[in-house]
Amino acid sequence: MNFTASKQPESCLLGPESDSQRTLYPYVTGTSVVALKYKDGILMAADMGGSYGSTLRYKSVERMKPIGKHSLLGASGEISDFQEILKYLDELILYDNMWDDGNSLGPKEVHNYLTRVMYNRRNKFNPLWNSLVLGGVKKGEKYLGTVSMIGVNFEDNHVATGFGNHLARPILRQEWHENLSFEDGVKILEKCMRVLLYRDRSAVNKLQIAKITEEGVTISQPYSLKTYWEFSAFENPTQGAVGSW
Amino acid sequence: MFRNQYDTDVTTWSPAGRLFQVEYAMEAVKQGSAAIGLRSKTHVVLACVNKANSELSSHQKKIFKVDDHIGVAIAGLTADGRVLSRYMRNECINYSFTYESPLPVGRLVVQLADKAQVCTQRSWKRPYGVGLLVAGLDESGAHLYYNCPSGNYFEYQAFAIGSRSQAAKTYLERRFESFRDTTRDDLVKDALMAIRETLQGETLKSSVCTVTVVGVGEPFHVLDQGTVQQMIDAFEIVAEQEGPAAEPDADAGQEASAEPEPEQGAAAGEGVAPMDI
Repeated sequence: MNFTASKQPESCLLGPESDSQRTLYPYVTGTSVVALKYKDGILMAADMGGSYGSTLRYKSVERMKPIGKHSLLGASGEISDFQEILKYLDELILYDNMWDDGNSLGPKEVHNYLTRVMYNRRNKFNPLWNSLVLGGVKKGEKYLGTVSMIGVNFEDNHVATGFGNHLARPILRQEWHENLSFEDGVKILEKCMRVLLYRDRSAVNKLQIAKITEEGVTISQPYSLKTYWEFSAFENPTQGAVGSW
Repeated sequence: MFRNQYDTDVTTWSPAGRLFQVEYAMEAVKQGSAAIGLRSKTHVVLACVNKANSELSSHQKKIFKVDDHIGVAIAGLTADGRVLSRYMRNECINYSFTYESPLPVGRLVVQLADKAQVCTQRSWKRPYGVGLLVAGLDESGAHLYYNCPSGNYFEYQAFAIGSRSQAAKTYLERRFESFRDTTRDDLVKDALMAIRETLQGETLKSSVCTVTVVGVGEPFHVLDQGTVQQMIDAFEIVAEQEGPAAEPDADAGQEASAEPEPEQGAAAGEGVAPMDI
């Protein structure tokens, strides 16, 4: 960062004056979101942690929210930017409802709207520092997509953000299949979240699982996963380690 | 029409509570050549009479494709119509880009109506001198709307605008109850018969009219002259046998629909390759 007192025009994006106007790095962040399509709709899981750097500071952050009648949005990354996105979407859904004409924005439309927002912000060098997961069901059609902070977007049968991409997706690729039952879907998601809990240092053991079907959105009460720390490899971990002195 | 001291600009009310400039704009619509629209649950047909200035010139384009799922037919000042079509195309394309989804026709029509209303409340503007029949698809099925220069809009099962549209409206009023559940081809046939009413004696040929269709699974497109002429021939033959078309319209419709069905299928089949993936 440039600390000299040089006078640069406000329009220049790379100066200290305008730096205070745009996102440079995130402060309070959420970690992975994992989601998959199942028989009746979409299942999504996210823990309730808000990290402040390396501190696990906030432990009751709801990182999944329903959007309109047909969609569910989960976010990782900067929590304040997620709240800003929720405000944008609130306005979008409000205007959609005000038409009162039998047409409504489905998950595909919301996903594409978010893609436009994220990409446009990226182009202005002022991104919303989030990776979003958008799932929903409309007229029997299931939809699951993701958008990153630079505007990369795609749809798939299962998606994840952040560490979830590296730890959860391989599990999903192995175990996901069409027409999973609700119980099987939850089992797979819990398996993914458990691995993330063991291996992602910004994960907290308090999670919610959300489901969206044609009937609507249900977000579970927070709960914890059972963990096992008595693996023999964890006892006396340094025994047999080769030291340098 | 009457000339009086309250009709100079659009922002002057008459003592009777009328805006004469807006009413004069609606007169302009009545002077344009006829355009008709009718809809079933799944399809909407727009048809218009091609009026050319002289034998030497081509006819004006009166039906515009706005998007794959919306088309518009105009009557009145065609220049105004072109400008509004461009606006509609713009709105559709912007919505598609943002939401990857087609703009519901009901919303486009309201935006169009609001745009027209602005011109009835600014002293430096004039109302658009064109009536629009907007045909399109929504989440709730097929729709047909009429947009007025006044900024009003109405939804219709069937409607006709422009000169001699009353004859077409009379025909449509007789038949409209059957439109909701009718087949696509019968809907086109009804459109052609309504067009024939506005011609009042002139022979109905495919060169004299333009017919367009939009429906569920069928993007908006203009029917080619050959197909249109075939349909005309089919019911004209029957009509000639019966005499002047008045009562026998219903019979002609039924007999004609039995005959050209296989022809339509063949004509469509030759142009289209089967999807084998």
